[in-house]
Amino acid sequence: MKLTEIVRESFGTLGLNKMRTGLAALGIIIGIGSVIALISLGAGSQKAIENQIQALGANLLTVMPSNSRQGNVRTAGQNTSLTLDDARAIATNNSITTISQVSPELSRRSQVIAGRNNTNTEIVGVESTYSAIHTMEMTAGNFISERDVSGVAKVAVLGPQAVIDLFGEGANPVGAQIRINKQSFSVIGVTKSKGGSGFNNPDSMIFVPLSTAQKQLFGVDYLSTIAVEAKSKEVMTMAQDEIGYLLLDRHKLSSPTNADFSIMSQNDILNTASQVTGTFTTLLGGIAAISLLVGGIGIMNIMLVTVTERTREIGLRKALGAKKKTIITQFLVESVILTFFGGIIGMAIGVGISFLLAKVLSIPAAISVPSMVLAMGVSGIIGIVFGWYPAQRAAKLQPIEALRFE
Amino acid sequence: MMIKMKGITKIYAHDGVETVALAGVNLNVEEGEFVAIMGPSGSGKSTLMHILGALDSPTDGQYWLDNQDVSRLNDDDLAEIRNRKIGFVFQAYNLLPRTSALKNVELPMAYAEIDKERRLMRAKELLGLVGLGDRMEHLSNQLSGGQQQRVAIARALTMDPKIVLADEPTGNIASQQAEEIMKILKKLHKDGRTIVMITHEEDIAKWASRVVTIRDGKIVEDRKSGRRLR
Repeated sequence: MKLTEIVRESFGTLGLNKMRTGLAALGIIIGIGSVIALISLGAGSQKAIENQIQALGANLLTVMPSNSRQGNVRTAGQNTSLTLDDARAIATNNSITTISQVSPELSRRSQVIAGRNNTNTEIVGVESTYSAIHTMEMTAGNFISERDVSGVAKVAVLGPQAVIDLFGEGANPVGAQIRINKQSFSVIGVTKSKGGSGFNNPDSMIFVPLSTAQKQLFGVDYLSTIAVEAKSKEVMTMAQDEIGYLLLDRHKLSSPTNADFSIMSQNDILNTASQVTGTFTTLLGGIAAISLLVGGIGIMNIMLVTVTERTREIGLRKALGAKKKTIITQFLVESVILTFFGGIIGMAIGVGISFLLAKVLSIPAAISVPSMVLAMGVSGIIGIVFGWYPAQRAAKLQPIEALRFE
Repeated sequence: MMIKMKGITKIYAHDGVETVALAGVNLNVEEGEFVAIMGPSGSGKSTLMHILGALDSPTDGQYWLDNQDVSRLNDDDLAEIRNRKIGFVFQAYNLLPRTSALKNVELPMAYAEIDKERRLMRAKELLGLVGLGDRMEHLSNQLSGGQQQRVAIARALTMDPKIVLADEPTGNIASQQAEEIMKILKKLHKDGRTIVMITHEEDIAKWASRVVTIRDGKIVEDRKSGRRLR
């Protein structure tokens, strides 16, 4: 029998048993759909994290105290090896040629109260260079100025999420008073949202002058971070080296292996984050692949049931002159049709869910064409692989055995 | 010679126990004969039918169908023989379920890769011949038993087979419709076709021109038009 005719007949057979056909295809629909949705979810969150890191600032190097070997260390911020003098040295030392700006920072979590509202959030002591290095924009008022820092002023700039937490949605808190660590601060500005999320969300931070943070709020003289902007992307590595040797020298350390600080470039952070989200994507893909496999086994199951159910029909077809090849082809075509159309429907559903997830989680929708092509190919292969065994079983039936079957 | 069987033996082995279904059957059927094979259940007549229809191979012995030795052919070659030389009529009709009469009759021609147009013409012609010209688009399950069997006869004739094998063709059919089925078979015989029919009913066997009786895997009686041959 000609292939086109077998295909036509297979459509007829599948159409006769809509319930069974639908159930068999459902496994593949769910499998392919979840592969596409989960992979795009992974890729989308990867992209979102990359965007977020890019938004932290251009050509950014971050100097942090490295994890000390003396125990009881909760975060890197607990280490005290970096000082304001280190930051000044990076900004002014003659050996440094490749950087344009330096932002010394001290951040700690603290309780903040405004009227009846209170929140626990990140308080960041900054100098005026912070806004340029981290590309902060203002929606109201001004950022911390040099005068605020030199005058140890009790002023604060709020991130948009901090405004919502303390004053409610849509409020303009400029001029209002807030209490940080039981000390009164007046709000002088609100930053524009950077769309971050999670633990280090810049939107929920509260910025105060570094001098105020060190002397008035926390009573310390060290820094938690020195953010450095390199002159260009090309000199990032060189800047990293220059800063490293300067600090080693200042801290009287002989070799980089003993360094009590670490310097991370934005690329390092990006790579680490990409690695994490990459693993995440692989994990999601793996889970989806399992559901695809289960879908394939579902098809095999249904096809095997079909072979048993149609034993008489197969016997009859053989009695009337169907050859082995014809029977195998017929059953294979049926399962490939099932998986192929299941795959197409699954793909449509997967794309739909991807856009929905992207909207709900406010991440970019990242549907990759290769992943769709792959999913379609895989569903075709599943059709053949899992259809093969039932088809063989059907073809091997002896016509008399099959005709006798009740 | 249409059918020539020499020492056909069929032994089934089940869990080490051997059952002899046919014990050396010799049978010759000339072209144009109408033979009824009779026998009680367990006599081996169904096994004989399966071997005659190239649905099964004998354990021993030789079988020539239309001067071709078919006792040692492989599955696909047997499928071809069944398709081109034999037309089957089964007790349970064995039509494709929920498929039109026309499609059912076309099926053997589809396996022979005959083009669609010729198939349709031939199927219509044959359905007309068995008196179902007005029910060609009916699905098999919308037809009565007698009508289904007539579709099956039309299907058996599509490839213009040398021989028509009917296995209890009236076994599932009410007696009045059974007579119509037998009339059609008789007519085919008159037109010169070789017919071998299995039955356990004397009334039905009467329609044949020769009756072969089989018991315990052996032919015990063979008479032509009431006349004993051996």
